[in-house]
Amino acid sequence: MSTVIVPPVETPPPKGGRPPATAALVGRHGVRTVVLFVGTALAALVVAAPIIAIAGANPLDAYRALFEGSLGSQRGLAETLVATTPLLVAGLAVSVAFRGGLFNIGVEGQLVIGGLVAGTIGAQATLPPVVHVVVAMAGGAAAAAAWALIPALLKAYRGVHEVITTIMLNYVAFALSTYLVSPGGLLVSKTQPSATEKVKDTAVLPRVWAPTRLHAGIFVAGALVAVTWWFLFRTRAGYRLRMVGGNPTAARFNGIDPRRVTVQTMCLSGALAGLAGAIEVLGVHLRYFDSFSPGYGFDAIAVALLGAITPVGVAASALFFGVLRSGSVLLQARAGVSRDMITVISGLVVAFVAARVVLERRLSRKEPR
Amino acid sequence: MNGILSINLVLSGIYLSTPLLLAAFGGLLSERAGVINIALEGQMLLGAFAGVAAAWWTHSAVLGLLAALAVGALTGLVHAWFSVTLRTDQIVGATAINLLAVGLTSALIQPIWGQPGTSPSVPKFGRIDLPLVQHLPFVGRILDHLSVLDWAALALAPVVWIVLFRTPFGLRLRGCGENPEATASVGIDVVRVRYQAVILSGLLAAAGGAYLSLVQVGVFQREMTQGRGFIALAAMIFGKWRPVPVLGACLLFGMADAFQVRAQTAGVHLPHELLIALPYVVALAALATFVGRSSAPAAVGRAYVKD
Repeated sequence: MSTVIVPPVETPPPKGGRPPATAALVGRHGVRTVVLFVGTALAALVVAAPIIAIAGANPLDAYRALFEGSLGSQRGLAETLVATTPLLVAGLAVSVAFRGGLFNIGVEGQLVIGGLVAGTIGAQATLPPVVHVVVAMAGGAAAAAAWALIPALLKAYRGVHEVITTIMLNYVAFALSTYLVSPGGLLVSKTQPSATEKVKDTAVLPRVWAPTRLHAGIFVAGALVAVTWWFLFRTRAGYRLRMVGGNPTAARFNGIDPRRVTVQTMCLSGALAGLAGAIEVLGVHLRYFDSFSPGYGFDAIAVALLGAITPVGVAASALFFGVLRSGSVLLQARAGVSRDMITVISGLVVAFVAARVVLERRLSRKEPR
Repeated sequence: MNGILSINLVLSGIYLSTPLLLAAFGGLLSERAGVINIALEGQMLLGAFAGVAAAWWTHSAVLGLLAALAVGALTGLVHAWFSVTLRTDQIVGATAINLLAVGLTSALIQPIWGQPGTSPSVPKFGRIDLPLVQHLPFVGRILDHLSVLDWAALALAPVVWIVLFRTPFGLRLRGCGENPEATASVGIDVVRVRYQAVILSGLLAAAGGAYLSLVQVGVFQREMTQGRGFIALAAMIFGKWRPVPVLGACLLFGMADAFQVRAQTAGVHLPHELLIALPYVVALAALATFVGRSSAPAAVGRAYVKD
């Protein structure tokens, strides 16, 4: 992927604006990107070790349990890939937004909306095989894109920072989805509390590695990596998106309307987030459950940043966090360390990626331009 | 509907505004100095946690509050180190603090208290009985039930206004937020002023968090701040970074929250699962009326590079 083209971002930001968050996060050199990836992941695990010790467990035992649980058996390996799937798609959602200069912290809420709508279509509509699952996923993506339209418009036409609006909408999405599957709610199942009806067989993403829960969603996620790469780096729309993210002023001088592109970018990011939720519901749970996501949308921020917001980097990074997520079950059961430690590691990864600009500043000063 | 729109609504509106006020004025100080602080949420959560943990170990709510303030100042120091010294992206650095706050506080509940999700009860912060005020009509009942933190929060608007607009420190602070290069050119240490503002910001946000845990309920529950740090940021923006309008915005959002809570107990025919969303919807609606970012400090979010 050394052909990745990054728009120039060296021009100072317009007065009153802020340098796009993306500028310092984009990987430029193949080898350096890999070294930084491994270094950052290792640093996070090393710094998390004393925290695990404070929480009352032996860090070495904890990490042994973590990796044994995620990679040591067929079931563990399959569960790792099951967790990788939504992390990967949600990580792409965060990355696309970053590329367009937007920080979408609303992925978790968009993912919930996408899962709810996909689960409802899967349970209520009657359609032929294949078509049904495609329609359910498209419906989830469209609903989440519509949900993301609110912060998109507020950002583009009111100048309200998307971090605040997307967070607010997370809480609204949680409240709305909980209400719809609460007793007497519009979508609640007759037999299962806090859930929608079971999706029909025609809408299920088939299992691909019996007897595990690994489902065809992993292939959808893989295809989305390729499609996102192609869109970002091989289409005009993708170029416009990156240009607005890199330098909105330059984009405007080139006849691009940054506001329109901002709206498109946020909706595209929302659609990907919705797909992540839809795939999880149609592949793993087979019905929408209230709070089915253990925070995939928040982990996705770390996934995107560790992956240097390139589609292939995000795939690798999603696998790393998939290992952590699936290993956290044994981590809790055997080492007695709370699953929340994964969120700590996510936070450390984000902190190290943020701090990396110092390293990169130093490196770029030594290199002749 | 009788019983919803009453003096109790005003009272609980003030109670629910207090944590927002503390955090919003923290955000205001930081942003007026030129540093975005979206870490308010995580700082509140860490403050709430540290307050209860210290109160549990020492059996003293006062020591709990002091511990919360210390932890808040420490998180402010970390945020300042990232955004002022290392000059990282201020939003990304603050997101790390928010994620770490959620992860650490949730993961440590079990090891400390041996039970998941929530701490045992700890000594709560008392409310102050004022001998004369309680006999006043209407306002007497409101003013009589406030704690030290409520008073501190309500005093923040005038105090911050005076500090910002009537003291040399305030002038320097605003200078760092509007034009750090020009401010530095007259011999002011921009880095130092920004550090002070961001540390103070963390301290205030943590006080807001400690109010939630030590004054309102007397326990720590995982993720108990529920986005209040972001609602405080919304209040700061809606109040256009000015102390008195920010006070008004916090009272408005607090009142929306109080209405939501009281509507549930008063048996209004709206499902409470939906009513929970009311404060967030009100904050979003307020932001939707906001036009442009011209009122934001000109240099907010921009790193200052010393020559």
